[in-house]
Amino acid sequence: MENKQNVCNEIIRRSGVNPRKCMKCGKCSGTCPAYDEMEYHPHQFVYMVETGDIEPLLKSKSIYRCLSCFACIDRCPRGVEPAKIVEAVRLEVVRQQGNNHLKPNDLPEMLDVDLPQQAIVSAFRKYTK
Amino acid sequence: MQRIGVFVCWCGSNIAGTVDVVKVAEALKNEPGVVHSANYQYMCSQAGQELIKQAIKEHNLTGIVVCSCSPRMHEQTFRKTAAAAGLNPYMVEIANIREQCSWIHKDMAEGTEKAIVLGRTAIAKVNLNAPLTPGESPVTKRALVIGGGIAGIQTALDIADAGFEVDIVEKKPTIGGKMAQIDKTFPTLDCAACILTPKMVDVAQHEKIKIYSYSEVVDVKGFVGNFDVTIKRKARYVKEDVCTGCGLCTEKCPMKKVPNDFNLGMDNKRAIYIPFAQAVPKVATIDADYCNMLKNGKCGVCAKVCTANAIDYTQKDEFVEEKYGAIVAATGFNPISMDKFDEYAYSQSKDVITSLEFERLMNAAGPTAGKLLRPSDGKHPHTLVFVQCVGSRCASCAEKGKEYCSKICCMYTAKHAMLTRDKYPDTDVYVFYIDVRTPGKQFDEFYRRAVEEYGVHYIKGMVGKVSPEGEKLIVQGSDLIANKQLKIEADLVVLAAAIEPDKSARPLATMLTASMDTNDFFTEAHPKLRPVESPTAGVFLSGACQGPKDFPETVSQAGAAASKVIGLLSKDKLTGNPCVAHSDEMMCNGCSSCEKVCPYGAITYADKEFRGPNRTTLIRRVAQVNEAICQGCGCCTVACPSGAMDLKGFASKQIMAEVDAICK
Amino acid sequence: MKVSYFPGCTLKTKAKELDIYARRSAEALGVTLEEIENWQCCGGVFTTSNDEIATKLSSIRALKAAGDKGQPLVSVCSACHNVLKQTNAQFNNDADFAFRVNNYVKPDEYNGETKVIHYLELLRDVVGFDKIKEKVVNPLTGKKIAAYYGCLLLRPGKVMAMDDVENPTIMEDFIRAIGGEPVIYAYRNECCGGYITMESKELAAAKSKKVSENAKEKGAELIVTACPLCKYNLDKHAEDIPVVYITELLAEALGVKE
Repeated sequence: MENKQNVCNEIIRRSGVNPRKCMKCGKCSGTCPAYDEMEYHPHQFVYMVETGDIEPLLKSKSIYRCLSCFACIDRCPRGVEPAKIVEAVRLEVVRQQGNNHLKPNDLPEMLDVDLPQQAIVSAFRKYTK
Repeated sequence: MQRIGVFVCWCGSNIAGTVDVVKVAEALKNEPGVVHSANYQYMCSQAGQELIKQAIKEHNLTGIVVCSCSPRMHEQTFRKTAAAAGLNPYMVEIANIREQCSWIHKDMAEGTEKAIVLGRTAIAKVNLNAPLTPGESPVTKRALVIGGGIAGIQTALDIADAGFEVDIVEKKPTIGGKMAQIDKTFPTLDCAACILTPKMVDVAQHEKIKIYSYSEVVDVKGFVGNFDVTIKRKARYVKEDVCTGCGLCTEKCPMKKVPNDFNLGMDNKRAIYIPFAQAVPKVATIDADYCNMLKNGKCGVCAKVCTANAIDYTQKDEFVEEKYGAIVAATGFNPISMDKFDEYAYSQSKDVITSLEFERLMNAAGPTAGKLLRPSDGKHPHTLVFVQCVGSRCASCAEKGKEYCSKICCMYTAKHAMLTRDKYPDTDVYVFYIDVRTPGKQFDEFYRRAVEEYGVHYIKGMVGKVSPEGEKLIVQGSDLIANKQLKIEADLVVLAAAIEPDKSARPLATMLTASMDTNDFFTEAHPKLRPVESPTAGVFLSGACQGPKDFPETVSQAGAAASKVIGLLSKDKLTGNPCVAHSDEMMCNGCSSCEKVCPYGAITYADKEFRGPNRTTLIRRVAQVNEAICQGCGCCTVACPSGAMDLKGFASKQIMAEVDAICK
Repeated sequence: MKVSYFPGCTLKTKAKELDIYARRSAEALGVTLEEIENWQCCGGVFTTSNDEIATKLSSIRALKAAGDKGQPLVSVCSACHNVLKQTNAQFNNDADFAFRVNNYVKPDEYNGETKVIHYLELLRDVVGFDKIKEKVVNPLTGKKIAAYYGCLLLRPGKVMAMDDVENPTIMEDFIRAIGGEPVIYAYRNECCGGYITMESKELAAAKSKKVSENAKEKGAELIVTACPLCKYNLDKHAEDIPVVYITELLAEALGVKE
């Protein structure tokens, strides 16, 4: 229990987000372009981090579905910045040894001749440490 | 030497919780001039005041210091107490040990120490106080109401019914305001026009009321009871007293493509127009931006068809100066611009509209004669989505939205949704909401009826994006209860835009020296106890210029403001503030520095004879203060280079004594 | 005039057109893009987490290089611009971050004063769209062009501060300046799917398809973008509509394409 709270505090600190500012309007989730691919949605990330219900998020594939499009950041009426929470949760996972989501060996299969370098470096930045 | 009494108030635990009141009373006992010191639980109570009165008599006090709450709260109370015991009320000083001490400190020792310093400061001042007697000024028995919406109308009618003259200044060509644009009113669904227009007629016919329509206040001078106001009557190019309102000109004018602001630009009017059929005054007005005759001298059709000869292309703006005893601000509100919220595609699609535009679409006198038709193609919409809180409760970006709740949107949206389902049972109506706020008589019952009887779909969640695709508007939003993202194919999207004070309020507040909050709503003198008065004496507040309000609330507040005005105008004389500037003629060198900085024009100059050396006489120019006009702001005392100008009750030596007492 | 230029990896490889035409067009408009020396990859995405230092150092070095010359730092790629500008903002708003960053890069400390501007801002604010209009020799008259902003150019709005996030005009004004007719459509600032294309072609395809469908439906014949990844996703997954870089279109209009 205590550890869960520590993890949440660390996520809050790292993201710079104050989840208490959320008024539960759901505009982030109404905005999110990856909503249907996510098991937990932007507003749930904020709420679950606030309440310490962190384990389901750490296990969920949802953390790899955020496109970092920042639409939730700009449209949130309260300035909560949910994308930063999602990123902080993802870092909690991928920063741990052996938890890289994208492995270099998987790469050849993903490439095609037109794929810009930008996509590869971005994916590595987001999915690995 | 003064004989000073000190009275330390506990204010229950408000002060006593953080300040050791016994210790404060003990410590202040030893200050110079103090002959009596006491503490009590509630100094402002009957018993507390009695305590003060008795002490004044018993100890022959010549001055008292009350260590309590802000002087804004109870200075008047304790001045009255002192007067009742035969002490000059200006021999009372308040040390604010609540707002400026106990409420902002947590540490008892620190709070106590500061309270002692504040008490000591007040004692230092009262040592130098002198009894003051306020002067009197007459009251002009006429009121000015600025804004002719339902708030201004109700205030004016109530004042006039009490027998006082009232002028209404309205910037638009007609009175009526927002209520004239609205179709039906919640929660009773009676027709807005049916209850508003009789009141407009009452105003027009009332012998005590004069309407300055198409006019603006451009200058305010003076003070409570004696305001001098300049009103600009904008040229309407139609003689108001000659025009019969027949409307022939508005049919014959060849300039047909003038956006009709009354219908929020959803249809066109002519360059000469009467805003709507029940306008008061029912007089035509020419829009100079569109009239060909005014622009290039080519037309003149309206003058030709006018049988009353009311058209006057040479008319100029006129300025009227008038005196008033009281001024009521009733400048109202507007929906905010949707420019910064284009995720809802307001700029991209004509079928995304605001709620006020929806009112016009539902109104029998509106652009579609009351038929609900899509602005883009005139088709009947089948799926409607209402979005609540667009720009309200928005704390992320001040230039975008408003942090406050606009208060009226939940109810009018329920009304819109219900009326839509009632008139067009073939429609599907969705309302996206964050919270449904319905505190009001019959309000929640109304909202529940929309859901239960009319089958309006209320969805808890916010819309993130509206995308015009083909003929449809794809509304993407979250349904927090179903934990789903919805994509609704809508025909019409209605945005409940936040409301904000009218843009004219800010410059008006400057003219009136009335205070405003950061949102440009007028501030009331006290949020609970003086809600319809501005802190500026003689200025009163009516309607949404003070905060978001619905009609019932606006009308009650308008009546309350009227009763305050009536109370003021009923007096023949007003007691002034004796804390005014005065000039020591022996020291004044007539330099005019004070006159230049005085914001009220209270300083004049006179040539006076003085005795010179060797039995000669000298004529010197010296400053004189008109005590009825002076507001005691103190600018002149700072500007005066010779130290001749001083403020009664706040003399420079008193202020210095206070500073010394703090620094001791 | 001369400005510092950060091309970025993709512009050296898969998006050479974006780079070459940017330089040529700028030259034709009297601006020389001086490529900063020894630049390193920006990382493609900005990590919003405030405890990341290492991933932001390449941006800091680029900012410092431009600052030393007293020049603004210009980039064309939306991603590079986003990373540079967000890093710059974090440096200026987070004293702790600035302190730790400068500990790393000692003795080449950065002072935070470099201005980061996108190529479009260079056109709008330095050159001026009116001047571009005068220099156009092959106007794209009557061509209906849909501007695709994507996410990175505009968001987060408070940091990027280039234009209104929900109703931008800079690319539309650019299109008008080169004689084209801008097409406004709702998805112009919605995500193409971005890097998700690496592991979920389906999601990227779905997002890109919406963008191009919406643009086509509103009458566009052509989509312009400043982002290589947007172009890739649209080309790969989306409707049959050409997608070109802003700089290519500009070079064509200015007559410097060949």
